[in-house]
Amino acid sequence: MSFPSRDDLIDFIYDEARMLDEGRYDEWLDLWMPEGVYWMPLDYRQTDPDLVTSLLHEDQFMLRLRVERLNGARTFSQKPKSRCHHVIQRPFVDVMDSDANRYVTNTNMHYVETRLDDQFLLAITATHELTVVEGKIRIANKRVDLLNSDAAFGNIQLLP
Amino acid sequence: MPATPTPAYTLDTVTDLIQPHQVHRDVYTDPEVYRLEMKHLFANTWVFVGHDSQTPNKGDYYTTQVGDQPVIQVRHTNGEICVLYNRCPHKGTKIAIDREGNTGKFFRCPYHAWSFKTDGCLLAIPLKKGYEGTGLDQTENGKGMKAVGAVRNYRGFIFARLADEGISFEDFFGDSLSSLDNMVDRSPAGRLEVAGPPLRYMHNCNWKMLVENQTDTCHPMVAHESSAGTAVKIFEDMDWPEDKPKPMAMEIIAPFMSPYEFFENMGIRTWPNGHGHTGVHHSIHSDYSAIPGYFEQMVEAYGEEKAKQILGENRHNTVYFPNIMIKGPIQQLRNFIPLGPDKTLVESYIYRLVDAPDQLLARTAMYNRLINAPTSMVGHDDLEMYERAQEGLAADGMEWVNIQRLYEEGEDFDHEAVENGTTERQMRNQFHAWVKFMQPQPATEQAEAAE
Repeated sequence: MSFPSRDDLIDFIYDEARMLDEGRYDEWLDLWMPEGVYWMPLDYRQTDPDLVTSLLHEDQFMLRLRVERLNGARTFSQKPKSRCHHVIQRPFVDVMDSDANRYVTNTNMHYVETRLDDQFLLAITATHELTVVEGKIRIANKRVDLLNSDAAFGNIQLLP
Repeated sequence: MPATPTPAYTLDTVTDLIQPHQVHRDVYTDPEVYRLEMKHLFANTWVFVGHDSQTPNKGDYYTTQVGDQPVIQVRHTNGEICVLYNRCPHKGTKIAIDREGNTGKFFRCPYHAWSFKTDGCLLAIPLKKGYEGTGLDQTENGKGMKAVGAVRNYRGFIFARLADEGISFEDFFGDSLSSLDNMVDRSPAGRLEVAGPPLRYMHNCNWKMLVENQTDTCHPMVAHESSAGTAVKIFEDMDWPEDKPKPMAMEIIAPFMSPYEFFENMGIRTWPNGHGHTGVHHSIHSDYSAIPGYFEQMVEAYGEEKAKQILGENRHNTVYFPNIMIKGPIQQLRNFIPLGPDKTLVESYIYRLVDAPDQLLARTAMYNRLINAPTSMVGHDDLEMYERAQEGLAADGMEWVNIQRLYEEGEDFDHEAVENGTTERQMRNQFHAWVKFMQPQPATEQAEAAE
């Protein structure tokens, strides 16, 4: 059976969530394609990433900055550090196009982030555009929709 | 040591909390001080409501707050913008609960179907005979939804004064309107349009901490070292070719690491009534790359001299007292909406320069999310500072907050002044205005009803 199978794709989504929960950010960055963008829209069903505001729309430079900042000595909002936890529903594999080397999954998750005495819950839907390079699944793009993206939030410091 | 004021505060005693070089911590923490601010300060001043492009068509409305007062901005049948209290005159039910919508020619209360024209006037009450002879028509409630004291649409920006009488719009803002003018003039058409919904960022701190931080030029290189400093470091490691334009994100974030000298030399200007801005001579927005075609459009619209003058003005943050900040060069407005003594909702809006290239708006949208989102690496450290301050102020060992940097005895806030960019004079200017507008101000009516 050719790679990736449906299960390979689903396992990848689980593995990625675990990396984020365990703070293995360098490994996580290695999952990405160089042109990959992590997009978290601000508006419900937002279609335009450029000309209206988003919560996140970050290329690899910004994601690397984000990861390095989390470990910085003077990252005051991470003293003490936040922790996070994803509970994920089995991903839907919406596109499985091996000829185009393009795979799309859609995954509902409950994301919990905590720091000091505060903890909050976000219901999210992650859409992963995946591709295979040298036998490994890579993230071409990731879109994270918060169910309540239009609500007022305090700091969301890690990566839902 | 000055005597320590004791609660509960009244209009007469609350001003004891402000001294020229320091303010008592109760201005940030005390519920009674907060209540007095909402009742008086936010009623006597001109407070930002919204932008008229949020309600472009007749019947379009948008709900927000002026201080703690729920209001509706609505485009009336005659095309004018009205600002009404969002409360049915019958039982108090909020007339509109969604953030925006279109109500057609009238509002209809969902509880008992009282209906009102879009200027608030009572239109109809079902089974009206039940009020015959009861005297309802003699009451305030029988007239309809109440409008705020005064409304002014200044080049698309809607401001309201809740008090029926008081200082005029022109007298309140004076020459500080030059910052708003510059922001709007940057459109070749002289017009802005709101671009999408605002970022909404909840802060567990007093609203004044946020306003003060807008002209606090000694914090970026400290509080934001983790984001801006790390960005500069990563970028240096990248061996970026010198002749290749820097990534937009770097242009935005790197200037936060500028040295003290940069901020000292940028200058701070204060205007009467608590308004002021950083970036008199230059700012963190000065060195953005030119967007192809934009300058030519501006020259076409204004002529070369005027176009250069408009684009040469790169003010950093302009505070409009009491509670908004605008960034003219990037068309951003941040509204610091008080929700309690220790709770503030920050809404950060961006605007499109009508007839200008989209790349300008793309940069503005990027700025908004990189710096002011709840997911922003820069915003995280700001909020951390405010919340630590809000908690730290509980310490009884010391009750006064210092705002003394570059203080000079006998400062005169009634005249415009330009000073060293690291002065805390603008914070002192805000508190000077805070004392003034806690009291009702004499009417200086001018052309308020116009436009």
